[in-house]
Amino acid sequence: MAVEGDLVQMGALIGAGLACTGMGGAAVGVGHVVGNYLSGALRNPAAAAGQTATMFIGIAFAEALGIFSFLVALLLMYAQ
Amino acid sequence: MSAEAEAAGSGFNIHPMDQFVVKPLFGHGDILWYTPTNVTLWMGITVLAIIALLVLGTRGRAVVPSRSQSIAESIYVFVHKMLEDIAGKEGLKYFPYIFTLFIFILVANILGLIPGAFTTTSHIAVTAVMAMAVFTTVTLIGFYKNGIGFLGLFWISSAPLVLRPILALIEIISYFVRPVSHSIRLAGNMMAGHAVIKVFAGFAGALGVFSVFPIVAIMAVYGLEMLVVCIQAYVFAILTCVYLNDALHPGGH
Repeated sequence: MAVEGDLVQMGALIGAGLACTGMGGAAVGVGHVVGNYLSGALRNPAAAAGQTATMFIGIAFAEALGIFSFLVALLLMYAQ
Repeated sequence: MSAEAEAAGSGFNIHPMDQFVVKPLFGHGDILWYTPTNVTLWMGITVLAIIALLVLGTRGRAVVPSRSQSIAESIYVFVHKMLEDIAGKEGLKYFPYIFTLFIFILVANILGLIPGAFTTTSHIAVTAVMAMAVFTTVTLIGFYKNGIGFLGLFWISSAPLVLRPILALIEIISYFVRPVSHSIRLAGNMMAGHAVIKVFAGFAGALGVFSVFPIVAIMAVYGLEMLVVCIQAYVFAILTCVYLNDALHPGGH
């Protein structure tokens, strides 16, 4: 039984580590949003100020998915 | 407790999640619904800080504002403009709600950055209540203002007819995921940021002379966290505005 428990624990921890790779995807997404905002803003600085809020909404949506992977990792580690 | 003793023996003492434990303020009894805990304490401090800033700050009503009056007025104008830009004139009716959410989250987040403080917004229980309140309010406002026409939010009339049922399904799923992502975004960001600082603090304790590197890193992360807490309060408020706009103008996108 103890060995089985250790196996489950090991699988959960490996899974938690794997879940953290999802954060890389969120990082790519956030970088993409801000990079495109910046390239657009440098082309037309007059329109930039009006779009800052949209950029933050975009960041929030992209980041939420990274936070989901963090949540999965936490659940695997602590909610056994 | 046993894990703590074990780690202390090895000289490498990192417990990044210990700071989020809810403890009773007095004694070590069970936590019931009326037990004053550290969450209660820090929520109370948050509310008192907000009252101090807004009531005492603007008491002078000076034409040339003092520092605290200037802060209070800037926050007020900032939220007012954000709401008007996103939800339009009709949205301004709900300004007190958005402003309350924004300033509570902002002050709770900033107070949580004080070393030794408890971050109330790092608990999903706290943020989920706020997100569910937003979700319920927005849904009720949508049905109250538009009647059954609120369902037009899910039936996108500009899309081709074949695609509409599929899009409706996706829209419905995304609508019901809103309170989940809304609450977990805030709690997750707060929890992750504070845990990172604590991990670096653990390194500082274990490295002896070289602890200067983790301490510099803590200062950098702390600066980043200062930015993140403000942005997360802003994001929570702005998403509430976006959801409110969906409820007030369901066909407007």
